[in-house]
Amino acid sequence: MTPDSAELTPFQTVGPFFEVALPAPGRHRIDRGTAPTVRIEGTVRDGAGHPVDDALIETWQADQEGRYDRTDWDGYGWMPTDGDGCFALDTVLPGQVPLPDREGTLQAPHLLVGVLARGILTRLVTRIYFEGQPSNATDPVLLLVPEARRSTLIARRLGETQFRFDIVLQGVNETVFFDV
Amino acid sequence: MTLTPYRRPTPGAHPPLNYPDYRATALRHPKEPLVIIPQTLSETSGPIYGADRLRPDDHDLTRQHAGQPLGERIVIEGRVVDQDSRPITNTLIEIWQANAAGRYAHKRDHHDAPLDPNFSGAGRTKTDDQGRYRFVTIKPGAYPWQNDQSAWRPAHIHFSLLGPGFITRLLTQMYFPGDPLLSFDPIFNAIPGDRARRRVVAALDQTVTVSEWALGYRFDLVLRGREATPFSR
Repeated sequence: MTPDSAELTPFQTVGPFFEVALPAPGRHRIDRGTAPTVRIEGTVRDGAGHPVDDALIETWQADQEGRYDRTDWDGYGWMPTDGDGCFALDTVLPGQVPLPDREGTLQAPHLLVGVLARGILTRLVTRIYFEGQPSNATDPVLLLVPEARRSTLIARRLGETQFRFDIVLQGVNETVFFDV
Repeated sequence: MTLTPYRRPTPGAHPPLNYPDYRATALRHPKEPLVIIPQTLSETSGPIYGADRLRPDDHDLTRQHAGQPLGERIVIEGRVVDQDSRPITNTLIEIWQANAAGRYAHKRDHHDAPLDPNFSGAGRTKTDDQGRYRFVTIKPGAYPWQNDQSAWRPAHIHFSLLGPGFITRLLTQMYFPGDPLLSFDPIFNAIPGDRARRRVVAALDQTVTVSEWALGYRFDLVLRGREATPFSR
């Protein structure tokens, strides 16, 4: 480990007024010329089960082929939650992203999620996987999560193209958050 | 494929998720431990913003309306670097803040202080090829909040940076040197230790000051750097 020549600037909460700079509805449609193929919607709740109506949800994902490096691809979404703590993202189902290993292992389709809000001092990071994807069973990140908690990372299928992903900050069915 | 991962923050680099003095953390922090995972291309890649989305005066919050905003005009300059002091070039920085009376132009802000018709309180810019940035604005006022009966937030400006990857993202707040409210502020004090707290306090800088026009502050920001590899060192 090399000593740092400069030390990290500490995180601070995004606070309740971020919409001064990042106004609703944000960027909640991600496509590449083609129509979005999936809708992901969810509610953010706190430890008392109350909706969190002042959160900022950010997502980052690969394109349909599992690639991030295309100049015409911008897989970044950001959505302030509404008065009911809800968010919705219309996007394309991402392809499988390779792991940095020699075997060419592929991850199951997923989105990264950042959760920011008043009362969250340092960004929370999680992932959205999709119900019904056979590769979920072998995804190397999902396999690091205790089995009983894996379901909190898998968006439930509501219809042909519709998925539900609720974010529980604390308590029963608390969403798995990552140290990455 | 190979990938050089980013360094993980050392314990105490960032505030804890549960900090009882900041009451809003009580129901908004996970009780289960964070699950440690490796970094993949998903984490190390990130959105890139084109300069075309920026307008020339986006960095000057005093020129967004017909008249000048009230308050003490300030210039903030700084550099964005990684932990190896390498400049983070061409990255988007967004700021937002209260006006000089301590009021945000936001529907949720019910503080009984006047709005300023000449101040919206939002700015954006990109770092140059040496990681430098510059904003012109006014010094925000302090304002009361509901953490406890006597709580007032010290004057602060919110900063949002993307950096080169999803995991270099930083949201922080810039404070002003010598503010007596800092020692009472649980959000500032949630940062572990004086040494780390000093990193979010700007420095008065006479080389940034514009004579007879605006007071200058320096605020440098440090994002996560890459792990050392045997080949690069």
